[in-house]
Amino acid sequence: MDYLLTEEQQMIKDLCHRIAEEKIKPVAAEYDESGEFPWPIMKIFAESDICGIYIPEKYGGMGGGILELAIATEELCWGCGGISLAFAATGLGTFPILLYGNEEQKAKYLPEVASGRKLAAFALTEAEAGSDAGSIKTTAKKDGDSYILNGTKQWITNGGEAEIYTVVAMTNKAKGARGASAFIVDKDTPGLSFGKKENKMGIRGSATREVIFTDCRVPKENLLGKEGLGFIVAMKTFDSSRPGVAAQALGIAQRALDESVKYAHERRQFGTSISSFQAIQFMLADMAIQVEASRALIYSAARMIDSGAKNIAKVSAMSKTFASDTAMKVTTDAVQIFGGYGYMKEYPVEKLMRDAKITQIYEGTNQIQRGVIASALIKEALAK
Amino acid sequence: MKIIVLIKQVPETTDVRIDPETNTLIREGVDSIINPFDMYAIEEALRVKERLEGAKVVVISMGPPQAVDALKEALSMGCDEAVLLSDRKFAGSDTWATSYTLAQAIKKIGDYRLIFCGKQASDGDTAQVGPGVSTHLDIPQVTYVKHIEQIDTHAAKVERMTEEGYDIIETPLPAVLTVVKEINEPRLPSLKGKMRAKKAEIPVWGAGDISCDEDKIGLDGSPTRVVKIFTPPPREGGRILTGEPDEVAKELAGLIKDIVTG
Repeated sequence: MDYLLTEEQQMIKDLCHRIAEEKIKPVAAEYDESGEFPWPIMKIFAESDICGIYIPEKYGGMGGGILELAIATEELCWGCGGISLAFAATGLGTFPILLYGNEEQKAKYLPEVASGRKLAAFALTEAEAGSDAGSIKTTAKKDGDSYILNGTKQWITNGGEAEIYTVVAMTNKAKGARGASAFIVDKDTPGLSFGKKENKMGIRGSATREVIFTDCRVPKENLLGKEGLGFIVAMKTFDSSRPGVAAQALGIAQRALDESVKYAHERRQFGTSISSFQAIQFMLADMAIQVEASRALIYSAARMIDSGAKNIAKVSAMSKTFASDTAMKVTTDAVQIFGGYGYMKEYPVEKLMRDAKITQIYEGTNQIQRGVIASALIKEALAK
Repeated sequence: MKIIVLIKQVPETTDVRIDPETNTLIREGVDSIINPFDMYAIEEALRVKERLEGAKVVVISMGPPQAVDALKEALSMGCDEAVLLSDRKFAGSDTWATSYTLAQAIKKIGDYRLIFCGKQASDGDTAQVGPGVSTHLDIPQVTYVKHIEQIDTHAAKVERMTEEGYDIIETPLPAVLTVVKEINEPRLPSLKGKMRAKKAEIPVWGAGDISCDEDKIGLDGSPTRVVKIFTPPPREGGRILTGEPDEVAKELAGLIKDIVTG
């Protein structure tokens, strides 16, 4: 389908696909097995100038928006949804600075991200605060010209590898959700350390780790926005970042479809290619319909966000939910089409199925997304 | 100072078809790419540029107007400037006339210290243009370079691949180096490079722009005549002689004798 991409967007798509095909795909199984962090690929991302596509030109980026980020994420995740997550998660860690950073903070941190010199990470989740993000326990206590952070963040993507952490912590517990604030914390800040690295089902080429704050002193210049804005920062960040998760799911799903079409054509049973069987044909057709519908929804949501529209939570959540449910369905069907081979690690589709699952869970489970969508619907109805 | 890279646009296939009437390549329906060996030349030029302060990489191709796409790809990888040599008068050039024409263009650019070429082109496979350019410019050449050990603006120490191993060769500069695929892994284009390349206006030089002797260019300047081009028949499977060593040796000696004596 023609999405009327600009020449620049098409260039991003072509280059990212080439990186995925030539540099990521050949090493994906290796990183999936070892669970190591893919630094050599990060270097390629940096050299290709793709790290700053969603960052303003003023800060060394290319001045694109959510659509450019989604296009790049989709293509890179076609190569591997795990390896390429470092790119998307850096976006997640950078959005709080893009959206709420002051001029000094932007000038200090954004060029580092845009050039690919530094990765970023977003640290909100804790052991007892997942979907219920309001119950975070990490505290930030004002002390003279700084804040002192204490607490443990869990399942932080890029944890230990990123240089820049955007962290949500409670500055005033009594105020509940309105007592949270967001901070930028540099990796080398004394009191910042990293806990165990998680052994995951999928996206194994990405780093997921505990981030621990022990009397970690952060200068007050690193407060994002003002005190009490922490949850607003987090929610607005998610509104912008969810199409990215959707794009990750889309890349994985598109790959599953491509692999399935190819395999169905090659695999012969009963003396003929299995792609001649209607049972397989209908599966392939349904997979293609869902993948294309995901893409259309993601690109539309991204364009709406880039246009500066105000109420984006609903479309953003819709794109994430639809694309991730699609990825799970399509990758499961891909394994089915591959049959016994699909279940084996020698073939690429079981990994796609494992990688797809997380997209229904993180950056808000799909149940939380449906809650976001429903409350937007009700709000819209009441406003009429 | 300038580092020159000579590149050729070739069909994206190793299975080229030849027009039996004209003995030339059939290019219709085949995508064009930069000759794969030239990609290593571009990469090495860019790496040397990073080692030598103030160096600029100029990439040159001789070919039809569409060869500008190959030059743009080179610019998107980070080459600084590009020149296309394209003129009907260049048509029909063999490797001698081609290397003369390229040498004249290099002289016009001037201030060159290094000239990189791929070891050969994937379509013609002659491996003659690099050495030809060095001859026309009367500068040293090192072929099949697999590693540059040392380099400054006056000299280079390189490893030249041979069938048995490698030679270490020191050469004064300027020199022509032709490179093999073992030398590096070519980078991908960058986004900023692609955008710069898209906007770049690549100068096209014809015979009139490079002060050349018209008897030495194009078909007239080409002493080579292609009489026939054919794909050699695939080698037939050998025979394995079995039996007692004495008998097999006798049988083998007989077979060799038959072949030798016809």
